[in-house]
Amino acid sequence: MKVMNMVQAINNAMDIMLTEDKSVVAYGEDVGVEGGVFRVTEGLQLKHGVNRVFDSPLAESAIAGTALGMAIAGLKPIIEMQFDGFVYPAMNQILSHISRFRNRTRGKFSVPAVIRIPYGGGINALEHHSESPEAYFGHTPGLKVVIPSTPYDAKGLLISAIQDPDPVIFMEPKRIYRAIKQEVPEEKYSIPIGKAKVLQEGEQLTIIAYGAMIREVQKAMVLAKQKDLSIELIDLRSIWPIDRDTIRESVRKTGRVLIVTEAAQSYGPAAELISIVNEEAFLSLEAPPTRLTGHDTVIPLPMGEKYYMISPERIMFEIEKLIRY
Amino acid sequence: MFDKNTLDSYKPTDNKMFSRIDDEGVPLDKNWKPDLSSELILQSYREMLFERTADYMAVSYQRQGRMFTYPPNLGQEAIHIATGMVIKDDDWFVPAFRELGAWLAKGVSLKEIFLYFKGNEDASRFVNAKRMLPVSVPIASQLVHAAGIGYAMNYLDEKAAVFAFVGDGGTSEGDFHEALNFASVWNAPVIFVVQNNQFAISVPLHMQTKSINLAIKGLAYNIPSILVDGNDIFAMHEVIDYARKQAIEGNGPMLIEARTFRMGAHTTSDDPSKYRSKEEEELWAAKDPLKRLKAYITNNKLADLSNEDALIAEYKQKIDKGFEAAEQHPAYKLDDVFTHMYQEMPAELKRQKNNLENFMKDGGVK
Repeated sequence: MKVMNMVQAINNAMDIMLTEDKSVVAYGEDVGVEGGVFRVTEGLQLKHGVNRVFDSPLAESAIAGTALGMAIAGLKPIIEMQFDGFVYPAMNQILSHISRFRNRTRGKFSVPAVIRIPYGGGINALEHHSESPEAYFGHTPGLKVVIPSTPYDAKGLLISAIQDPDPVIFMEPKRIYRAIKQEVPEEKYSIPIGKAKVLQEGEQLTIIAYGAMIREVQKAMVLAKQKDLSIELIDLRSIWPIDRDTIRESVRKTGRVLIVTEAAQSYGPAAELISIVNEEAFLSLEAPPTRLTGHDTVIPLPMGEKYYMISPERIMFEIEKLIRY
Repeated sequence: MFDKNTLDSYKPTDNKMFSRIDDEGVPLDKNWKPDLSSELILQSYREMLFERTADYMAVSYQRQGRMFTYPPNLGQEAIHIATGMVIKDDDWFVPAFRELGAWLAKGVSLKEIFLYFKGNEDASRFVNAKRMLPVSVPIASQLVHAAGIGYAMNYLDEKAAVFAFVGDGGTSEGDFHEALNFASVWNAPVIFVVQNNQFAISVPLHMQTKSINLAIKGLAYNIPSILVDGNDIFAMHEVIDYARKQAIEGNGPMLIEARTFRMGAHTTSDDPSKYRSKEEEELWAAKDPLKRLKAYITNNKLADLSNEDALIAEYKQKIDKGFEAAEQHPAYKLDDVFTHMYQEMPAELKRQKNNLENFMKDGGVK
C-alpha cells in the first residue's frame, strides 16, 4: 500500500472523484496551474483539464456563490478557501444561501458542493492564516462540517463529502498536512460523515478532540501512560452532525471528559460537546466536564503563538486535575 | 432592429438612454418599426395590465391582513413583460424579488407568488416553472449564483441564457461587481438586468453612486452595457432579445440598466411620502410604461382600449382564484420545518423534532 501524507491523500481523493464523475469541478485561488498554495491540487489541472480544475478570480464571496450556481445547475464543485481567515468574505454566501437553498426551495434545488478550508495555527504564518472558524459552520443549519486528523480519514471523508447531496465544509488541519504519513489505499473508499472514531480505548477519562489537536493529545497520552493512567481518545471527525452515541458510550464508561480544541472558547465546539455530555451521561459524571481550548483572544502572530497553542504538557496538566478531582 | 451598431451608438460613457417611443407613445425615429407583431404588442399590453391588476390586488390582500408583506411592481411592468417575452423554458431566471410579470411568464403561478408572501416555503417549489430560482433577500447576492449557472451552461454545452435581476441599490454591493467580473472572465451567458427604480427603499440614486449611470459599471469588466428606457417596452424587448442572442451564441454576458421608477412603495410596510416628493412622482407618472404603450396602440389604431372594465374584471377574478388557492394550501406542518434541511434527516434533527412532537402531544402548541 502507498504511504501518503494528508496533502497527497486529499489530492488522491479529488483525483478519483474527478476521474469518476464528470460533474465534479475544482476551483479557487491558485488552485489550477500552481496546484494551490499547499499543493493539494497539484497535477489535477494537467490531468483533468482547465475547464475542470482552474484558477478563479480572487473573490471568496463569488467563489462560494458561483459554486451554488454550478451545483443547482448539475455540477459538483469543490472549492478552496485559500486560508481559514479568508473564508469570512464568503460567509454571506455560505450562511445565507448555500446552507439554505434546499430548504428554501423545499428540495427542488440542492447544493452538493464541498468547501475546502485549510485551517488552524502553529505554522508561523501571518494574521488570518491560523484561525479555527469551525464553530461558525457548526452553528449554521444546513451544513455538514468535517475535520480529519489523518491522511486515511481525509481521503475517505472527502470522498463522502463530494458524494454528499448537501453542502459540506471540509476543514483541513494544515499544521499536520505533511506531518503524518500512513498507508492509504489507492482505490476509492469512503468514511461516513457523522461518525466519530475511538482511537484509543481507556477507562479513567475520555478525551474528545479533532484535527491537529489529536496529535497533541496523543503525545500527552504517552505522558499519561507513564503514570499508568488509562485514557480513551475520541477523534470527533464530524463537527456537525456530532456522533452522540460514541460520546455517550465513552463518558458513561469513564465518568470523566476533557475536550481539547484549538478554537476560541466561548460558544465554541467544546461548549457544544459538554452540553451533549451533560444531556447523555450526567449521572455517570465523576468530575465536571472540562474544556481546554484556545483563548478568547485573537490567535497571536508567530512570536506569541506559544501562549495560544495547546501543548501536550498542558493537556497532561488538565488530565491530572481531572483524575484527581 | 437593435444590433451591434445600435449598441455601439449608446455608449454608457455618453450617458445616452436607448428609447423607441416618447411619453405620448410616438416613435422617436420615424423610420423605426417595432420588432413585435401587432398581436404581440397587444399581448404585451394585456400582460402589463394583468401584472398591474395583480399588483393592486396583492396590496389590497395585504391591507386586509391576508398576506404579511408585499413588494409592489407598479411602474416597472415593461421590464418584466419584455423579459417574459424573450426568456425560454431552458433559460434560467435568477430574480431579486420585484419582477412579477417575468415570474408569471416563466411559469410561476399566482398561487405560488401569494403563498410566498403569506409566508410558506412551499411557494418556492415552482411546480411548473423550470430553472426558476427563489427570491433572494440579501441584496445582489444572487448575481454570483447566476455567474456560476452560466459557467455550468458553458461547461455542459447547453444553449441557455441566465437572466439575473438586481435593483439600483444592489449595484453598490460587492457581489454585483464580483458577479460581473466572474461572468466576464468565464464568458458566461448571463444577462444582468439592473432595474434602476431610483430608490433603494428610501435612499435615492445620487446617495448610492457618483457614476453617471449604472450601465457604465459594466465597462470596467469589458461587458457590453447599455442604458435602456425601462418604461418603454419596445426598447426593453429589443435589447433583451439582442442580449439573449449574444449569450446563446457564446458572446458572454451583457449588462442592461433599465431606467424606471417604483411608483409604489418598497413594500407594503414602507411609506414613500417620507423620502420623495409629489413632483417627482408626477414627473414619472407621465412616463408610466402602461400609459405609453396604450398611447402607441391607440395612435396606431391597433385596438380600442377605451373601455377595459370587462378585461380588468376578468383579471380580478383570475387573481382572486390564485389567492384563494394560496389560502387553501395545506397547513404548515411541523415536519415541514425539519424535512428539507438535508436530503436525509440527520439523527440530531430527528431528536429535536421528536422533542417538539412530544411537547405537542401534551397539548403544548395549538
